[in-house]
Amino acid sequence: MTRAFMKGNHALAEAAIRANMTFFGGYPITPQSEILEYLSDNLPKAGGTFLQAESELAGVNMVYGAAAAGHRAMTSSSGPGFSLLQEGISYIASAELPAVFVDVQRYGSGLGDIFQAQSDYYVATRGGGHGDYRVIAYAPASVQETVDLVGLAFDKAEQYRNPCLILSDASIAQMMEPVVFPEKRKCDPDHEWAVRGKRGGDFKKITSTMYYTENFDQYIHDKYATIQANEQRWESIQAEDAEIVLVAYGISSRICKEAVSTARAEGIRLGLIRPITVWPFPEEAFDGLGKGLRAYLTVELSALPRLRDDVMLATGMKTPVHHFLAGNTVPSSQTIVKQAVALLEK
Amino acid sequence: MTEKRIPKTLVEDNKFCPGCGHGIINRVLAEVLEEMELVDMAIGSVAVGCACLMIDTFGTDWVQAAHGRAAAVACGIKRVRPENFVFTYQGDGDSLAIGFSETMYAAVRNENITAFIVNNGIFGMTGGQMAPTSLPGQRTTTSPAGKDPSLAGQPLNIINQMRQLPIAYLARGSVGSFKEIIKLKKYIKAAVTNQIEGKGYGLVEILSPCPTNWKMTMRGALDHMGDNVKNFFPTGEFIKEGVHTDA
Amino acid sequence: MTKKKKKRIVTQSNNRCKGCRFCEISCPAEAISVSSEVNAKGYNYMEIDHKKCTTCGVCYTVCPDYVFEIIEVA
Repeated sequence: MTRAFMKGNHALAEAAIRANMTFFGGYPITPQSEILEYLSDNLPKAGGTFLQAESELAGVNMVYGAAAAGHRAMTSSSGPGFSLLQEGISYIASAELPAVFVDVQRYGSGLGDIFQAQSDYYVATRGGGHGDYRVIAYAPASVQETVDLVGLAFDKAEQYRNPCLILSDASIAQMMEPVVFPEKRKCDPDHEWAVRGKRGGDFKKITSTMYYTENFDQYIHDKYATIQANEQRWESIQAEDAEIVLVAYGISSRICKEAVSTARAEGIRLGLIRPITVWPFPEEAFDGLGKGLRAYLTVELSALPRLRDDVMLATGMKTPVHHFLAGNTVPSSQTIVKQAVALLEK
Repeated sequence: MTEKRIPKTLVEDNKFCPGCGHGIINRVLAEVLEEMELVDMAIGSVAVGCACLMIDTFGTDWVQAAHGRAAAVACGIKRVRPENFVFTYQGDGDSLAIGFSETMYAAVRNENITAFIVNNGIFGMTGGQMAPTSLPGQRTTTSPAGKDPSLAGQPLNIINQMRQLPIAYLARGSVGSFKEIIKLKKYIKAAVTNQIEGKGYGLVEILSPCPTNWKMTMRGALDHMGDNVKNFFPTGEFIKEGVHTDA
Repeated sequence: MTKKKKKRIVTQSNNRCKGCRFCEISCPAEAISVSSEVNAKGYNYMEIDHKKCTTCGVCYTVCPDYVFEIIEVA
């Protein structure tokens, strides 16, 4: 265990090294460049390889190669660069390889801007690239949680042989907080599926597993159903008896947490469901809430509602689902309480 | 001269069209890997195009990348498994059109991998579309009136693009005749040797016939290679063990 | 002690042949011609005139489909 006071991006990078990531190939883009900067110095010292790729396309395919060879590999990007990773993520999912990706969300479509945002929710939760796959997507709300989820993401990626994503944002990535790191782990890259030369055995082919899998459609359906059943993670704060349940992840969930305590102090029954996995979406969190529940309110840092849609799907729209969109600014907890009170007064 | 046996690494009949040069190149590469005792430690990276048909028939470990990205995948493999022999095997459309950036940057970094680029001047698997290497005037399904260099550019010469780079080995061979196939094997062996000795990036471009999409007989295709293709793509060794030659 | 010279012969796996005729074009002894018969794949495979054949191995080298082998027999 090591204690430190660290920036989110640096802590994420250190956590990856401690999870025995041995290869990172990436490309600079704000607000995630500190991940590259940290790894360029510290990954080689830990015995791994850092490569600054000529593009995100190259970076993700280097990760594909390293993952195919059985090593723990990662790349990170933000918004526009994250779009470029999607081709490779689809291939890695199709080849059923473990790898970890990071999207430090920034605001807007196209070039957008470098402010914090939660606009990439769809691309993070729907697979992102072409075809039938999903990515297990973790949304940390603190620097410590970033560290914890990076280690978990590498483990789950190997358990399910599927890409995992850390869906961070410019605030969580840039803020400094105290953090505790786990000890560095050692992992064996010689998985039975990894290419390392046939070494006297049968030769292996890493490509879309659909070419060599019987009943592929059913297999893929079952694989993702298993993940959905077993990997939902969330934090629930005073949601059981709430009249209004806020739903928020990442940076906006921190404000919502404060809003809940502010509201409760004023006698307003406000609660919060904070998805930690945004895929699989924590549908179970919405089971068995109190009879007094009047509405859900998603709080999102985007120009269009995204998370709202998943709440609607998870709840079957039996209870009204409202959204509060803060764009690229982090709202105050008072603003959120006001939104909730307005809903109660409707 | 002793026996000539089909290499055991060719575990099944190939899936290429009649007269396709890939079959010859597959066999030469298999011979080299067997003679150098590298089959057990070889990992190939293919992407998309006719080349990728070989992953079922050529008995080494394989990773199939996204279209164009074989070089980046090979870099990832080699960086984490430096003890393995890592190579790419791609067509010209794959490596020089969509994958030009990945191909070039592997050379820019002098990655210790070996690249084989099979240049038949056309997109074969998709049915004969124009490639960056198509010759001026060449009729393809996307240049039915003949390739117009004012629109599509002159044939892309990867050897010229790489000649200034600090790489270990650079050669262009051909499978257009018996003599050229014999030379090609020497080039492939030299490129492979450079990786084994840790000298770095080696590339062998291989001129190859595609009678199917050129819509030619084998004789017509071989004549076309000798009369036309070689004027744009001269063969020879251009960099040997990191030293530039005047081939 | 005399070194007995082994005899070299060409063997053919005709069902591999796709009838491209690279061997016929390349054979220095002009010993290869197209058969009127077709193989299992439906291609007219190649026939070797063993009287003309010098077992030089050119056909092995140029064949894209691994039809020919040169082997030694006692």
